[in-house]
Amino acid sequence: MIETRNLSKRYGDLIAVNDISFKVEAGQVLGFLGPNGAGKSTTMKMLAGFLTPTSGSASVAGFDVEQQPLEAKRAIGYLPEGAPSYGEMTVREFLEFIADVRGLSGDLRYRRLDDVIERLHLDGVIEQPIETLSKGFKRRVGLAQAILHDPKVLVLDEPTDGLDPNQKHEVRELINTMAHDKTIIVSTHILEEVHAVCTRAIIIADGKVLADATPAELEARSRYHHAVSLTAPNVAAAREALARVADVASIEVDPQDNRITAFPRPGKHIFDAVSEVLKTQNVAVHEIALEGGRLDEVFRTITQGTRGAAAGASA
Amino acid sequence: MNATMTVFKRELRSYFATPVAYVFIVIFLLLSGAFTFYLGGFYERGQADLQPFFSFHPWLYLFLVPAVSMRMWAEERKSGTIELLLTLPLTMREAVLGKFLAAWTFIGIALALTFPIWIIVNYLGSPDNGVIVAGYLGSMLMAGAFLAIGSCISAATRNQVVAFILTVVVCFLLLLAGYPLVLDAFSAVLPQGVVDAVAGLSFLTHFSSIGKGVIDLRDLLYFLLMIGFWLYASVVVIDLKKAD
Repeated sequence: MIETRNLSKRYGDLIAVNDISFKVEAGQVLGFLGPNGAGKSTTMKMLAGFLTPTSGSASVAGFDVEQQPLEAKRAIGYLPEGAPSYGEMTVREFLEFIADVRGLSGDLRYRRLDDVIERLHLDGVIEQPIETLSKGFKRRVGLAQAILHDPKVLVLDEPTDGLDPNQKHEVRELINTMAHDKTIIVSTHILEEVHAVCTRAIIIADGKVLADATPAELEARSRYHHAVSLTAPNVAAAREALARVADVASIEVDPQDNRITAFPRPGKHIFDAVSEVLKTQNVAVHEIALEGGRLDEVFRTITQGTRGAAAGASA
Repeated sequence: MNATMTVFKRELRSYFATPVAYVFIVIFLLLSGAFTFYLGGFYERGQADLQPFFSFHPWLYLFLVPAVSMRMWAEERKSGTIELLLTLPLTMREAVLGKFLAAWTFIGIALALTFPIWIIVNYLGSPDNGVIVAGYLGSMLMAGAFLAIGSCISAATRNQVVAFILTVVVCFLLLLAGYPLVLDAFSAVLPQGVVDAVAGLSFLTHFSSIGKGVIDLRDLLYFLLMIGFWLYASVVVIDLKKAD
């Protein structure tokens, strides 16, 4: 379990994290979203016991990170931003070092080492110095280090950054397999990741929590939520047909691929009505889809709402 | 204590995983030999002792020890591993001590490899081996004090070159604290009592008195306190500068 209460971090006049409170239970995977510099990493550093909060408190697995730092650090597995590791060590030496610091010994030590080496597919590079590895492997070494002691709480700062799509998929699978009995926080700015791994998402910007909801709830805030999009050979005819549906609030055509999107009036479902109209009007379509909502759009709306016009004008 | 040992082992191994260790040892052995025989007049003196060998150690250490200590924390900071290290279940004190002991042991290994000169002097004459042991002890203690200073300064920056230069300067001032070069600057503005206190901080004074074979508790205490103070300062500095 992870809990923060009015957690804040100030650097002089700069407020990096501003009064953040949340609670994550075992079995939850919390996605930490926000633009660069929003305070995601600073919050995670405070949870991991690297930075000291200016005010407020945080606890990990029931241990206060300031009052009982060693107990908290034992309970947590932490992947720092950029997955730093000692480049001159081989993967094996590095993981054995972590096992020693974590106090793993005897049979357990071998079992845990074997387990993470297998899970992260490190057997092929196990005797190589870490500095000679590709970015993807370095990241996996960082993850291996974080889960080596089978921690109850995992704090992963951008675990998939710099990985190729296959590797990203593997890391997400890994997180999912560990999710049922652990408390996990993952920071990311890849929004598809939220769908893939998170049961809950917190959006922060300028150090404040702006949204705390499930991915589905966030999507429901999108104006694309329950919109219908389609492509048709005759764009004009299709557009005209859509305009006949009573609950359609507006229609947009993407100038690039001529995809037509019909937005419903708030709270209305238009998919059935749209397909009915297309049928009765005999308008041919290539394909038609019900939109679930676009996280990236919700993300932009939420995070830019606070700084608003200035950012928009300069862009 | 276990965590200290783990950090110690990792650090010591990392010296030998890079060329740093070998370059350091070779240069140290070459220079200490050259100084002893050419500048120190080892043969010409006609005395069976290692005075010319030890008397150059402060000057060798002045440049070589900061070269070892500069990476101690600056590199951790630069590569970001400081965040990894300090979020592992170990205390800051254990981390600082483990790293320091590894560096000290490393210099100890380099110093131990000067044993041929001890064999030579015993072959050529019959030196007072007690004095030689004291010389090695003094040399080790001084290297430790230099390292502790270097540890603290390395903790304050992510730039190894800055760490190196500042460490050399601080060590140089402390080395010569008992000499006019440093004392004159102080005596112009400070009362005599303070100047005497500064003079008492001189590395060279304490080092040479141990080197004469007189192991005075005060000299030992001086070096151990020096090491303790600078290591404690390292802990404080790391804690303060973690966020940068």
